[in-house]
Amino acid sequence: MNGTTVKRTRTPVRPGRVIFWTVAILIALAYLYPFVVSISGAFKTDAQATNDPLALIPNPWSIAGFQAIFSSWFPRALLNSVVVTVFVTLGRVFFNSLAGYALARLRFPGRTAVMAGILAVLSVPAVVLLIPRFLVVTNLGLFNTYAGMIIPLLADAAGIFIMRNFFLSIPQSVEEAALIDGAGPFRTFWQVVLPMATPALVTLTVLSFQGSWNELAHFIVSANNPDLAPLTRAVAAVIGGGMGRENRFPLQLAAATLMTIPPAVVFFIFQRRLMNASIGAVKE
Amino acid sequence: MTNGGDDLSTNTATNAPPIPARGRRPRRRGKGITLKTRQAVAGWAFVAPVVVLLGVFLVFPIIMALWVSVSDWSGAGSPFTGDFVGLSNFTDILVDGGLATRQFGTSLRNNLWYVIVSVPIITALALGLARIVSKPRKGVGLLRTAYYFPSVTSTVAAVIIFQFLFNVSGAINHMLAWVNISGPNWTTDPRGVLHLALGAIGVEQAPGWATENAVLGLPLWEWLSGPSVAMMVFIFMASLGASGTFMLIFLAGLKQISPDVYEAAAIDGAGRWTQFVKITLPLLRPTMLTVLTLSLIGSWQVFDQIFAAGEAGGPANTTLTPAFLSFSWSFNNQQWGRGAATAFLLFCIIVVFSLIQRHVLRESSTVPRRKRFYK
Repeated sequence: MNGTTVKRTRTPVRPGRVIFWTVAILIALAYLYPFVVSISGAFKTDAQATNDPLALIPNPWSIAGFQAIFSSWFPRALLNSVVVTVFVTLGRVFFNSLAGYALARLRFPGRTAVMAGILAVLSVPAVVLLIPRFLVVTNLGLFNTYAGMIIPLLADAAGIFIMRNFFLSIPQSVEEAALIDGAGPFRTFWQVVLPMATPALVTLTVLSFQGSWNELAHFIVSANNPDLAPLTRAVAAVIGGGMGRENRFPLQLAAATLMTIPPAVVFFIFQRRLMNASIGAVKE
Repeated sequence: MTNGGDDLSTNTATNAPPIPARGRRPRRRGKGITLKTRQAVAGWAFVAPVVVLLGVFLVFPIIMALWVSVSDWSGAGSPFTGDFVGLSNFTDILVDGGLATRQFGTSLRNNLWYVIVSVPIITALALGLARIVSKPRKGVGLLRTAYYFPSVTSTVAAVIIFQFLFNVSGAINHMLAWVNISGPNWTTDPRGVLHLALGAIGVEQAPGWATENAVLGLPLWEWLSGPSVAMMVFIFMASLGASGTFMLIFLAGLKQISPDVYEAAAIDGAGRWTQFVKITLPLLRPTMLTVLTLSLIGSWQVFDQIFAAGEAGGPANTTLTPAFLSFSWSFNNQQWGRGAATAFLLFCIIVVFSLIQRHVLRESSTVPRRKRFYK
């Protein structure tokens, strides 16, 4: 067994390896090309974006698209996105870790039922919730409010599962010591357990951030006031706005580029953790 | 939790704060009871926020929507003010044969083709990508990043990018021009690709049986159109966006296959391809089931991209999906009962398809384990 491993690593350059890398890199280029050509398109003039979409270097450079969106709806939509994302992320991290901890560690009557309920909720496809969510948001008088856009998104069954599985995976002894020492369950959770859960908290933060930043459907049904529209909603309105689609490509691409920067940056910083987490989340 | 003695010994081993010696025995028993009630109270206090959130914003509204689907509520006032109309919303959609039935049939046709084409593409791509990046080689991390990157962008940004790439004088048509193909006006072309393919081999006219018989108000010939050219753009978009995510699931599955199995096969003289077909694929069956189920569920929920594209399911309703139709009936036409009924039908479709898929894949996995390796 050892012999074969050694032999494999010592193998000199083979045609197979060349083919492998050629194919792998070509596919990678195909996956990244749409984004590269779009970023360059954002800096082109309307005419060049339409006539010469393939050129990677804009000629001449133009920031007219960026200027146009910054002088109108973009700053407000950005603010809305930040507000919603911050509150949804903080809320999800706090409530999900509380619930995840209770479901993993605390024994209380009805725990199995709560667990089964969360599992059942997890299996409802999001698209089916469009009308129900609108109904509840309107009836609670939350339509066209930040609260209506934020609170329903805090209900996140998948996040509860991520946290529960994490708490199940760490040793129990330390927190029990705190409990027996007379610390209340909340103090134990807050001061002993949460600091140990940093990796899972980071994962959950990143996933919640990506999820709420890219959310569109819920914002469509929970508000129709343009002043409350987050980026996804505002940008979608720009695409559907008519007015000669072709010659507005740089403007649209500028918006697409800018709105992709935050999730892309977060992805590059946390990519290792994020990729592993996605596996864990789905494996459940 | 009940074995207090064991816990104490572990505690000292892990440098936990020392337990005061005084009145040890009675204290522990007293604490044990308090701990239990305390835990019960704390447990409920901890899960209460999410239970309330899930109840108020998920379970209760679903019940409300169920009621709406059997009522004639028109959007004004409380949903419970609508009159009970029985199953008429469902029969309007399914058996009436009028405009509503035809629209639903069309949306079902579109989404069905979307599923048929996109699920195999996404699964195959994801498995291929996972195979490329599964061996720990130098540079594989960069490849993984590249393949996963499209998955982090929002659907709205992706729609803009793809409309730019596929517009009539866009990058794709420029590339097609290099090989002397004049590309279609992708996003506005309602022609079905299967019809186009049939046309290419000379089948221009629909045979009689295909025009005379209709399902859900739509002639069979229309059902056989394939996805429209415009829908293909959304399929390409989904393939790029979802394959990276599912690549990660396949990666996890591939990691669980022991390298010993491949070595044994290699010693027996099995080539790369034989190993893939005879070892990798059978052992990946559970992972495959997960990926197929998740991509199937996702592929039936086409909404964001249709909304963002701003064509309301056009051209010629060929990108209309049940999810978008449900939204559009409710929010644009104020036909809430019909919209809610459509949403529940969509839910049933998703459940039925997942069950069928699960059944089909489970059947074939009952082959005795040993037979999978040696034939």
